[in-house]
Amino acid sequence: MNAAAGSSLLEVEDLRVRFTTPTLDLTAVDGVSFRIEAGEVFGLVGESGCGKTVTCRALIRLFGGSLPSAIGGTVRFAGRDLATLDERAWSALRGSEISMIFQDPMTSLNPTMRVGTQIAEGLQRHRGLAAREARAAAIEMLAAVGVPGAERRHLEYPHAFSGGMRQRVLIAIALACRPKLLIADEPTTALDVTVQDQILKLILKLRNDLGMSVLLVTHDIGVIAQTCDRVAVMYAGKIVESGATAQVVNRPAHPYTRALLAALPAHTRRGDPLRPIDGEPPNLASPPPGCRFHPRCAFAIAACRELVPPPIEVEAGHRSACLRAGEIG
Amino acid sequence: MSTIVTAARGDAVEQPAAPLLSAQGLCRRFEVAGGASALLTRRPRRFLQALRDVSLELAPGETLGIVGESGCGKSTLARCLSGLDRPDEGSIRWQGQPMAAGSTPLQRARRVQMVFQDPYASLNPRMSLAQTLDEVLLVHGLAATRGERADRVDDLLLTVGLAPRLKHRLPHALSGGQRQRISIARALAVGPQVLIADEPVSALDASIQAQIINLLEELRERLKIAFVFISHDLNVVRHISDRIAVMYLGQVVETAATEALFERPAHPYTRALLAAIPQTDPSRRSLVPALSGELPDPTAPPAGCSFSTRCPWVVEACRAHEPVLLEQARGHAVRCSNAAARNASTLDPIDASQGESRVSAR
Repeated sequence: MNAAAGSSLLEVEDLRVRFTTPTLDLTAVDGVSFRIEAGEVFGLVGESGCGKTVTCRALIRLFGGSLPSAIGGTVRFAGRDLATLDERAWSALRGSEISMIFQDPMTSLNPTMRVGTQIAEGLQRHRGLAAREARAAAIEMLAAVGVPGAERRHLEYPHAFSGGMRQRVLIAIALACRPKLLIADEPTTALDVTVQDQILKLILKLRNDLGMSVLLVTHDIGVIAQTCDRVAVMYAGKIVESGATAQVVNRPAHPYTRALLAALPAHTRRGDPLRPIDGEPPNLASPPPGCRFHPRCAFAIAACRELVPPPIEVEAGHRSACLRAGEIG
Repeated sequence: MSTIVTAARGDAVEQPAAPLLSAQGLCRRFEVAGGASALLTRRPRRFLQALRDVSLELAPGETLGIVGESGCGKSTLARCLSGLDRPDEGSIRWQGQPMAAGSTPLQRARRVQMVFQDPYASLNPRMSLAQTLDEVLLVHGLAATRGERADRVDDLLLTVGLAPRLKHRLPHALSGGQRQRISIARALAVGPQVLIADEPVSALDASIQAQIINLLEELRERLKIAFVFISHDLNVVRHISDRIAVMYLGQVVETAATEALFERPAHPYTRALLAAIPQTDPSRRSLVPALSGELPDPTAPPAGCSFSTRCPWVVEACRAHEPVLLEQARGHAVRCSNAAARNASTLDPIDASQGESRVSAR
């Protein structure tokens, strides 16, 4: 694709995001590194509060209510260091080369604007299309994401669309300018299972048609297994395991990934008790020393309390940040 | 555990002991507010049929799972069964007698209790855990003195796996899993025989979800409570339920023992629902959605079979006549009049004719 040999579309190195308030000081993302190749669907999986959403927002420097006090590390996109961009350059990049869709399709659309206008907005702004051309392109985009009767429905307002159809509209907005990277943060969590199935397959189809890369964030390992080429597992602000989807799901090499998979009802015989992970994730304002998973880990040894485990390659392209990774695989 | 679903068609072949809780022909409709413009234009009043002729039985100690997607009526059913809402038609019976006969509302509340999806919204944010539980005991007169109530509160906290030292905390100072434990403790405080749980683990992370499901199963064993477990997550329902009812657009479309439903799903909607669950096996992927189209407008359900607008097996007769829920094997009832569809194992007839399944149902 467009990336030169040896360089990925997105390279994230040692990303750190810190939030500080008078009463609180926490590092939500602590030294996260990963790469996404052109045309690849990359998954980021973890439970609430593990830092996956903050990671996405740091990539495009869009935060909701609370702004981080410091962002560290480097993010390179298509060869450019994003830290050097000024606000104007960011505006040109967001929605044009990198787009993001959010979890809640109900609150992410402007209720007072026709959906066609919302899709056309980016095309007029980033691609300099005239209103008429942009409207035609918007209708085409709406049809491409599977909204029936696009010629008619582009004139309707968001309230007239169901949850699944609103998520399709959001995808149409995000993809109208043909971005190189789509960041999808829990795009199907608010949707029913058959609608989720439709939306995930739509994202895969559009990836195949348009050749874009996708960063898919989810808490659902099933969604990862059905959608992603490669995956990184996050726990308490750090990536604990990464690799090709089949490697991580079929041969998990980190105790947290193993425990997460084992906790699923589908992986326990009916009648047997489920195997939850004891305890709760740590408070990121005062994370445990050493490996952050050690207080809940069945494999923990004394060294886990002191040493921060570095990622160890357990097979080609498959890394686990566990001191005992070699024994666990 | 093997109650038969004959109530659905009304001709009991074999009559087991009266079920603990049963519903016959429940209908519930809500008027859709048309706003000022509807008044001015005198548009006809529109009704949403949340429940359409739903019949169910729950045996003592049994867990009945109810699955279906948003808007299928599962929460309305839960509210009707628990007495929080009243059906427009149909009846709810308790041990064979009409629910309301000779009982006070408090007595009925002590039979059936509910646990809701969002433990944060269903707990009073200004009341500590002890106050929340104490209030229930006081209202129901379940302990004579303040001291006895305090002892009961500690017992209840221990029953749901919470340390009694947490009892002075407010809900905001608890994690999601702990809050759901308190909701369960509050429901158990009156010693119910039936617990209706409406999406009790949907708001929780997978590792915490497993803790709460284990707790519910343990309580069921220990206290011999019957459960109605409502969820959109089929893997969770499969794990916990003895029997499952699948709902679509206000109707039960299939009901069977759990393993029979997963092994031989007979309604095309059930098969699509099962195929849409994202499996953790990455080698089994498909680019084709299990089900296309959208849920029909519930204020104007399709003529004939409700699922006919999306069913790959649809034939002319499906649009002409509304199918009834018929028992096709012992304890396995299906609302589908197309025998080819009921007996198939594939998502659609094209797969069947090619002799291979695009996605197996499991």
